[in-house]
Order: sequence, then structure tokens, then C-alpha cells
Amino acid sequence: MKIKLREIAHARSGDKGDAGNVGVIAYDDKGYEIIKKYLTAKRVKEHFRGICFGKVDRYELPNLRAINFLLHNTLGGGGTVSLKYDAQGKILASAMLRMEIEI
Amino acid sequence: MKEKIRIASGQGFWGDLVDAPYNQVSKGNIDYLVMDYLAEVTMSILQKQKNKNPKFGYARDIPALMKRILPICKEKNIKVITNGGGVNPIDCAEAILESAKECGLKNLKIGVVVGDDINDRIDEIIKAGYELNNMETGESVKTIKDKLLSANVYFGAFPIVEALKKGVDIVITGRTTDTGLTLAPMIYEFNWKQDDYNLLSAGTVAGHILECGAQSTGGNFLGDWELIDNMAEIGFPIAEAFPNGEVIITKHDDTGGKVSFETVAEQLVYEIGDPKSYITPDCIADFSTIKLEDLGNNKVKVFDVKGVKETPTYKVSCSYSDGYSAVGTLAYSWPQALTKAKAADKILRKRLENLNLKFDEINSEYIGYNATQGPLSTKIDEENINEIMLRFAVRSKDFDSVERFGKEIAPLILTGPPSVTGFAGGRPKPSEVVAYWPALIPKTLVKPEIKIYGL
Repeated sequence: MKIKLREIAHARSGDKGDAGNVGVIAYDDKGYEIIKKYLTAKRVKEHFRGICFGKVDRYELPNLRAINFLLHNTLGGGGTVSLKYDAQGKILASAMLRMEIEI
Repeated sequence: MKEKIRIASGQGFWGDLVDAPYNQVSKGNIDYLVMDYLAEVTMSILQKQKNKNPKFGYARDIPALMKRILPICKEKNIKVITNGGGVNPIDCAEAILESAKECGLKNLKIGVVVGDDINDRIDEIIKAGYELNNMETGESVKTIKDKLLSANVYFGAFPIVEALKKGVDIVITGRTTDTGLTLAPMIYEFNWKQDDYNLLSAGTVAGHILECGAQSTGGNFLGDWELIDNMAEIGFPIAEAFPNGEVIITKHDDTGGKVSFETVAEQLVYEIGDPKSYITPDCIADFSTIKLEDLGNNKVKVFDVKGVKETPTYKVSCSYSDGYSAVGTLAYSWPQALTKAKAADKILRKRLENLNLKFDEINSEYIGYNATQGPLSTKIDEENINEIMLRFAVRSKDFDSVERFGKEIAPLILTGPPSVTGFAGGRPKPSEVVAYWPALIPKTLVKPEIKIYGL
């Protein structure tokens, strides 16, 4: 069965230098089990192909039903160096939620 | 000791809702108003302003704001804490005293935290054997020393606590952590100690929830955002803090927005790295221990936060000048809007190439197609697309190349693909690229100092 990530989770993103951070939060415990299982660093790196050019760090926050991803080398240099329209990675969260997961 | 204190966030960044601090002090009871004005590049902007006029260099909205809120703060005994002093907190304090006089106040005591600005001490610090190596690349600050615009140490909550102990009404700081602004009144009121790491972490977490203003009360919320009530009059967050480290996040009653598990959780994951290691000058908070309980009625309890001892270093935030950039935009209309914009992009690149200009980077994006979603963008059917905006950006160490690029946008209107408009703003002008240089410095090398000013 294929589900859309945005049906089971919400998210917020921002910048940390040239890295973007995307925190994904499941709406309930069942959703958290799904993101814990399927949102691997590898899966997220693949999803952001052509956007994230560095490694992806993955951190779990079970109390918040959340997983935080740090996408290195993603913001075109970050800050005022970046020529990207979304230089601060504000939209990475919604871009993450486009993901479809086969469960 | 007070049983609880109410700390209200009044600004999430410099440029946030002008009336937010006024609403926080007037729409209900609070004990402290905290305002974060400083983003990473803000310090360099302020430094440039100070270079032009030595009386500038702080958030210059503050004096006018103080004129509005000080009479209320005095009447209700609300203390104000802000890092809006930027690179010139002393002149900020002087300007606030002027505002206070203008609104007829007779008594006002301001504590100013100084010592964070190490821009003039770089040589001395390098001589002492600390090269402020870039935390990301490992390079010595020597490589960019001539281009440095600003260098500031992030202080934490304790210098503010020292100021509060002197009985001040207002604390103005330079580069203080966003979280320290909120943590400080808790330490002061509840007499928390420097090694109460769990309590300091609890206050730090509260600070993180408050530091981006309404981003924890329903603003920029990616959950059920359409269900957020009355965003036009959104309430900024308030932390009700208790001596045991428990905090209830809420907002004033007659305001819009929402405080829920989801809105607070979204802010908690904002701009964090490893949640187990949220490093501040005061402690290392473990965000994975945070527990939230939605109490309903726009109240969320934050509790059980754990943390450990702080590191022996301060973070230093340096900024340096790193060339120039410019951005030009043109809008192309149906039919074939994207095809036309792409053709214009190709023509422009060819012209820049023929001119032999030097660029470190050229980036074009198509607003309406891929500017925010990049390669994740879905294919579009050009019959159903009304317009596409070409956004063309360049960056170079060479000012002349960037300036020359600025002259190549407008000609595309008469010398490129048709149905193009939107060139009203004049030629794109080169703006200075300010790059960020994060480093660490031993705490022993920098000493915060408190200065008192008053009427």
C-alpha cells in the first residue's frame, strides 16, 4: 500500500549554515512507527536528489513523535552567499512531505 | 520566591510584527517581555551601519517601541530583555533613556551587557594562540581577517541574570543567545544555580519555543494550517515558568492563533541539529527528553527536560565580506511561458559568456515551476500555466562583472522571447555578499560586563 507522507505527518524546516534541517512529526503513534521504519537517512537522501549534495544525518525524538534530518550541502552556501530563492530552506519541509511511502 | 512567572515573546526576528510587543504587554499580565532581534547576518548589517555612524549599530526600532510600551511596563512592573543592542548596546540604552524622558518617566534603570564584541580583539586572540578556526571547514580566521565585518561571542543567560540582580527595568545585550533571553528571568526569579543542568535545559527549551515568536502559536504551521483561528491577530507565545522547571506555553486570551502539541512540536524541531546535544553557553540541553502535554485551551505543558554541563567554549559568530551578488527577474506569459523563460535564460547566459565576465556561480530558477521544489517539482502542462517568472542570480568576487550583469536584464524585453513584462525596479544592483564564519573560543578569553544606565 502506498501512502503520502503528508497524510501521516507534518514538518518544519530551516537553515543551519549550508545545511537544511527538516523535522518530521507524525500525527499519532502509528504514524511515528511508520516514519521510524521508512524514513531512513538513505531514503531521505534519495528523495532530495539534486537538492541535497552532502550527507543526511537522522535523529529520533520519540517523545515528540518526530525525526530530525540534517541535510548537509543543501542551501547553495547558506546565508547571503546562496543564490537560491529559498536560501534558508524554508520550503524543504513541504518538499519532504511530497514523499510517498510503500508500506 | 515567586510561584510562577510569565515570560512573553515580543519579536521572532528584526522585522517581525511591529505591534506584537505592545500586544504582549497590554493584552494580559506578564512579568517579562523578551525580544530576539539578531539573526546570523544581522550583526554584520548592524556593524556596517555603525561604521557609517558610530551612534548606530543597534535595532533602531527599539526607541520608538519603548516609547509605546515603557509607560505600561512601568505601571505593570514588566521587565524587558532584548538582544537588540546589536553591536552598539550602549547607544541603544542611551536612546531608550531619551524615549523614557519623552514619555515623562522619572525612573528607569537599564542594564547593558557588553564584552561580546571581539571584532577589535582578533589580532590579540590570534596571538594568544586561538585562530578561530571555522567550525565547518577548519580554516584559520587569518585567511579572511582582512575581510572581517563583525565578530561576536554568543553569551548566555548569566550576564543578563547579573544585570537583573542590580534591579534594572530593562536589559540590553549584544550577541546573546536567543534562548538565554528567556532562561535568564527563570534563573533570577527561581534562584537556579549554574549546575542545575536540568533546570537550565528546561529554561533553554522554553527559550527555543519563544525565540521565533508566533512560529509556536500557529504561524508558519504545516499541520492543519487552515484550522488556525484568526491569524490576522495572532498571539505571540508566553512561557509560564515554574521553579521546578515545568513550563506552560500559552498566549493571551483575546488573540488569534493556536497553541497545541503540534504547533509547539513544530517549533521544537526548527533549526536543530542533534537533539541530544543542543549546545548553549549555559548548558547542553537534550531535546529528545522533552515531554509535551496538550492541556487544551491553548496551553501546552513542557516538562521532564534533561541536560548536562555546558562546554568550556563560547561560540563566535564572525561575518566577512565575500564578493557581490545580484538578482534579476522577468515574467513570461502564456502561451509557452516556461519555454520562453528557458529560452531567455539561454540567451542571457550566452551574452554573459560573450562578455567574458567572471562569475563564481550563476543560478536560474523558474518561479511558478521549480523555484521552491527544485527537482521534486512535477512536470507542468504549459497550456494551463499563465505565467512563469525567470529569476536569474549571479555571484562574483568581481564587482564589475556583477554590475555589468545588471545591465543585461532589461534588454531582454526588446531582444528576446515575447510576452515578457515585470521590469519596473530598474537594473539589479550588486549587493555585498556577507559570509558567515562560525568558530569557538575558550570562555576564559572573554568576559561579559554589566554597565548600568539610568534616569
